[in-house]
Amino acid sequence: MTVELRGSRLASAFAKPHPALVTFITAGDGDTAANLDALVDSGADVIELGMPFTDPMADGKAIQEANIRSLGRGTTTAEVLRIAAAFRARHPQVPLVLMGYANPMVRRGAEWFAAAAADAGIDGVICVDIPPEEDGALGPALRAHGVAPIRLATPTTDAARLPQVLAGSQGFLYYVSVAGITGSQQATTGSIAEAVARLKASTDLPVAVGFGVRTPEQAAGIAEVADGVVVGSALVELVGRHGSAATEHLRALTRSLAQAVHGAQRVPA
Amino acid sequence: MSNALNTYRNQPDERGHFGAYGGRFVAETLMPLILELERAYRAAQADPSFAAEFQHLLTHYVGRPSPLYFAERLTESLGGAQVWFKRDELNHTGAHKINNCVGQVLLARRMGKTRIIAETGAGQHGVATATVCARFGLPCVVYMGATDVARQQPNVFRMKLLGATVVPVTSGRGTLKDAMNEAMRDWVANVHDTFYIIGTAAGPHPYPEMVRDFQSVIGREARAQMLDRIGRLPDLLVAAIGGGSNALGLFHPFLDDPDVRMLGVEAAGRGLHGEEHAASLLGGSPGILHGNRTYLLQDEDGQITEGHSISAGLDYPGIGPEHAWLKDTGRVEYTAVTDQEALEAFQLLCRTEGILPALEPSHAIHAVAQRAKAMPKDSVILANLCGRGDKDIFTVAEALGVEM
Repeated sequence: MTVELRGSRLASAFAKPHPALVTFITAGDGDTAANLDALVDSGADVIELGMPFTDPMADGKAIQEANIRSLGRGTTTAEVLRIAAAFRARHPQVPLVLMGYANPMVRRGAEWFAAAAADAGIDGVICVDIPPEEDGALGPALRAHGVAPIRLATPTTDAARLPQVLAGSQGFLYYVSVAGITGSQQATTGSIAEAVARLKASTDLPVAVGFGVRTPEQAAGIAEVADGVVVGSALVELVGRHGSAATEHLRALTRSLAQAVHGAQRVPA
Repeated sequence: MSNALNTYRNQPDERGHFGAYGGRFVAETLMPLILELERAYRAAQADPSFAAEFQHLLTHYVGRPSPLYFAERLTESLGGAQVWFKRDELNHTGAHKINNCVGQVLLARRMGKTRIIAETGAGQHGVATATVCARFGLPCVVYMGATDVARQQPNVFRMKLLGATVVPVTSGRGTLKDAMNEAMRDWVANVHDTFYIIGTAAGPHPYPEMVRDFQSVIGREARAQMLDRIGRLPDLLVAAIGGGSNALGLFHPFLDDPDVRMLGVEAAGRGLHGEEHAASLLGGSPGILHGNRTYLLQDEDGQITEGHSISAGLDYPGIGPEHAWLKDTGRVEYTAVTDQEALEAFQLLCRTEGILPALEPSHAIHAVAQRAKAMPKDSVILANLCGRGDKDIFTVAEALGVEM
């Protein structure tokens, strides 16, 4: 797995002629391999794989419960990496991003984690609780192994702070559209358009928007103004509700989300 | 102490790091707020009117200075070192927690925040927060683990009487760490108007420093009182540690007194050999949780394990980052005391001194008893009696097999 290919998978996903659908599910919750395949088959352009943690402070109820279910089944870091590596073997071209919290990532050392992520074919890592101020805890190791540290920007990230957030960011910029936890209420499309335009004026990185996006209609609205749309809680809830039978439900929702996102007409900024 | 630093009182650095510990490990949404909080705290530190208002409330509302008390009968019964107590259990609301809450609520007001949230374990910090919110007419939401709600009913009712909303948290095992998660979720969704009063010297920078500073009134008073009463400093300081705020409050003003030894007492629960304890320093390892890098109870994958202690106030799988640094530097010694030992010390103090201590300082009292016996009679131990035990009588009764 070369560094060049990893970098190019994310870049290619955002270079498609349509906005990217980014889908999130938690590793070890439900039949993860089948569910990931369903997301890809139904049109997801980028896969975010949640790394379960006992204390998911930035997550709402849906993803909290997914973390608890996964850990309750005994999901280990080794298992998360196995799920990622197997995905990479099945889908050589689809970008895979690992999302989670600092402590499980740095437990064996940042260098160990970055190397393991690279070996598993992971393209990028979103670590919720490592802000740019603490980048040294993980960022340098990821960059050295060609794994993109993907940062979050939020409605509270002001102009003075934005350059610091962008410095060292790779892959894409994840705009958290509401000040809140995952699965909370969605921001208005108008405020998102304004924020994305502000971010894009400062970076060449693609901007994907998430937090609170549940329906194809919402996703279509965001896709008109952003490079990508992230959907997590709505998918994770299906896994929670349907367990091992969730795959078909994920397929149906992802298909309608992909149609909405891929068919969106870009509104010129 | 040939390896001693010139000073142990200059932490943290400008990034909020205590050596390898501390820092600001929070979601991006909170970062601008954390930075704003730090600026506001620096401005308050530079403003004499802030210190004056803090001191005024400590004197006239909290009832400071708290007494320094020579425990004569306990000393006699132990037959060794003189035992002295800093009586922070006599503060308004019955624990040291109020010192910090007064400081933070004043800061919240300076920042124009109109809503207060807090987490609580035993309920002492929740009560203290509800108290200052009532005093200043601010709405208050306290997150409390559902397990703790059940075992600390008197404090839950006190908070409600004070006008606070108590939210039972059912995620995880429903104890202090889960309450802290939920408080952070509230905060991230309400950053515009909400101030989070963290109850211990942990969390993202500047909380560990700020809480320590507000609690250091304990050690400053005790140091002056000791010099006044016996003309010298104590040989050994002892305090219980959950997150570590009462211990830091006592220790910090003495850190550069090389002849004063210090002992922090963690909760060994049912014993350090198993997993049912809350001793992050003695039984844990460094990691990142709740905004800071510190010692944590965790498994090999970095999943946080649940602490156990008979004392809800010590039942936390982390510890303030300054303690992690003080442990590594060797300036402070740390030990752990079991549930059973704490219960025995609780009863010992009741009967020898007519003081009903909280279960948290009962851990410290056990360590005091052990050390005192091994020290000469002209030596002096000063322990922080950081809370009163009224809230714990139901827990103690159950542990002693008494029906109430």
